[in-house]
Amino acid sequence: MEKEIVISAHKLTKKFGDFIATNEITFKVYAGEIFGFLGANGAGKTTAMKMLCGLSIPSAGEATIAGFDVYRETEKIKQNIGYMSQKFSLYEDLTVVENIRFFGGIYGLSNKELKSKSEALIKTLGLEKEVDKLVGSLPLGWKQKLAFSVAILHEPKIVFLDEPTGGVDPVTRRQFWDLIYDASDRGITIFVTTHYMDEAEYCDRVSMMVDGYMKALDSPENLKKTHGAATMDEVFFDLARGAQRQGD
Amino acid sequence: MLAVTLDKIIKVYDKGHLAVDEVSFSVKQGELFGLIGPDGAGKTSIFRILTTLLLPDGGKASVMGFDVEDDFKKIRETVGYMPGKFSLYPDLSVEENLTFFATLFNTTLAENYDLIKDIYVQIEPFKDRRAGKLSGGMKQKLALCCALIHRPTVLFLDEPTTGVDTVSRKEFWEMLKRLKTQGITILVSTPYMDEATLCERIALIQDGKILSIDEPQNIIAQYPDPLYAIKSERMSELLKHLRKHPEIKSCFAFGEYHHISFKKDDEAVHKSLLQSLETKGHKQLDFKTMEPSIEDCFIRLMN
Repeated sequence: MEKEIVISAHKLTKKFGDFIATNEITFKVYAGEIFGFLGANGAGKTTAMKMLCGLSIPSAGEATIAGFDVYRETEKIKQNIGYMSQKFSLYEDLTVVENIRFFGGIYGLSNKELKSKSEALIKTLGLEKEVDKLVGSLPLGWKQKLAFSVAILHEPKIVFLDEPTGGVDPVTRRQFWDLIYDASDRGITIFVTTHYMDEAEYCDRVSMMVDGYMKALDSPENLKKTHGAATMDEVFFDLARGAQRQGD
Repeated sequence: MLAVTLDKIIKVYDKGHLAVDEVSFSVKQGELFGLIGPDGAGKTSIFRILTTLLLPDGGKASVMGFDVEDDFKKIRETVGYMPGKFSLYPDLSVEENLTFFATLFNTTLAENYDLIKDIYVQIEPFKDRRAGKLSGGMKQKLALCCALIHRPTVLFLDEPTTGVDTVSRKEFWEMLKRLKTQGITILVSTPYMDEATLCERIALIQDGKILSIDEPQNIIAQYPDPLYAIKSERMSELLKHLRKHPEIKSCFAFGEYHHISFKKDDEAVHKSLLQSLETKGHKQLDFKTMEPSIEDCFIRLMN
C-alpha cells in the first residue's frame, strides 16, 4: 500500500549570503505521521520550518506541502497547515473564546462551524469556567493545550509545532502529547520540534539536523540501534557533538 | 553560616496571584543547589527576591548573612546573577561588556581572569563582536563570565539551559562543576528534570510551593511504590488500556516505555495485567522493574 505523502522535500536549500542555513535536505512525511524534527541550536531547523510553512522562499531545491509548491503556492500552504510555537501561540489580552473565534475566522471557518467547534473544544479541554478569562491569566500548560487545539481547529492536513512543550510541567506535557496522539489518530500529520529527548521517543520517525544538513532520519528504535545507544539522548549526543555551528 | 536562607517567603502579584507561597529553604556555602520546576512555579520571583530586585510580601530571606531588605546594597556587591532573559548590552562588544561589568564592581578582567578563563577562552576569538550578534550558546557563556567577573560569593543562575540543546546543556553543567571547585555557592534553576541529579541538593517547586527538598538520591529513595516500565509495539493504545486496568495505580508515558505502579503489588497482579494486555492484542510486551527518576517523583508529588 502506498502511503499518502503530505510533505515532500528534495534538496531544499536556503542561503543567506554565503551562509547555507539549510543545506539540500531531502525527506518525506506521510499522512498521520508524528514526525520529530530535531537538531542542535543553529542547525537550521527554524529556517527549514519557515520554508515548509510558506513563510520563506527557498534558495534552491523543491518541496510540496499538502500537495502545494513552496515557491508558487505559499498562500495555499498557509490555508492547509496549522502552526503553534512556544513563543507565539495565542493573544494574551483576548479571552479564551475570543482567541478561538479570531483564529477560527482567520482559518476561514464559517460562523456556524466556529460555534459548534469552539463549544466542543472548550468541553474537551474542560475550560467551561475559563471561556471569558483573558488567555494571559491562564497557566502556561493550559495555554499550550488551547493553542494546539486552536491550531488544528480547521482540521489542517499538517500541524507544525515548534517546541510546544518548553517549560511545561511534566504532567501537562504528557496531556499535551495525548492531544497530539488524538490528532494523529484523526489523520492530521504532526511535525514537531522539541528539546525533550523522551518526547523524541513518542515520534514515529525522527530527523536530526546538524550544521544545516539532515544527518539522520529513522524511527527512534532504528536510530538507537544504528548508534549503539540506549536512549535518544545518546543518539542526539553522538550526532550533534561534532557540530560546528552554535545558533539561536 | 548558610549562604542563602528563605523563611516563609511570600510574593503576591496583582489580582492576588500567589506566585511564591511561604517558601523556606537554605543553601550551604559551596553547595550546588537546584530549584527544579516548570514555568510559573515561582523560580524567577525567588531569584529576584534573593538578588534584591523584588521585595517579598512576607517572610525573611538572607544572602551571606545579609537581609534582602535591610542590607540590599551589601548583597548586590557580593552576588552574581544571570537572569533567564539575555540582559547584557547588545551593542557593546564581548570585551566591552566584560570590562563594563568588571568596572561596576571595581575590578578588572585581569584580576579575576583565572576564574572565568575556562569559559572565556571559548568566546575570546569573538571578543570584538557585538554581544547582540552572538549565537545563543555564546551569549550564555558571555553572560556567565559577566556574572562571575567580580568573583561573587553566591552565583544565581536563572534557567541558564532553557531552550539550549542537549549537547550545550551538558557542557554548561561541566562548567558549573568546575566553578563549584572554586568554592562558589551556586543556586541554579531549571525546568529540565533530568538536570536535577547534577545538583547536590534540590527543591522541587510547583505553583509557588515547595514539593520536596533533599539530595536527589534521597528524593528518589522516598518514592513509595515499586515502579515498572512497560512497552509494546502499540504504545498509544497501550497507554489507554493501562489507564482502564483496575489494578493500575499510576500510569504515564515516559519516552520509550510507559511507567506504571500497582495498587496491590505482587506477581499474580503482574501476570494478570500481562495476560489481559495480550488478549487485547499487544505483542512483544516488555515489562521490567525500574528505578524512579526525579521526573517520576515530581509527577507523583504533583498529584
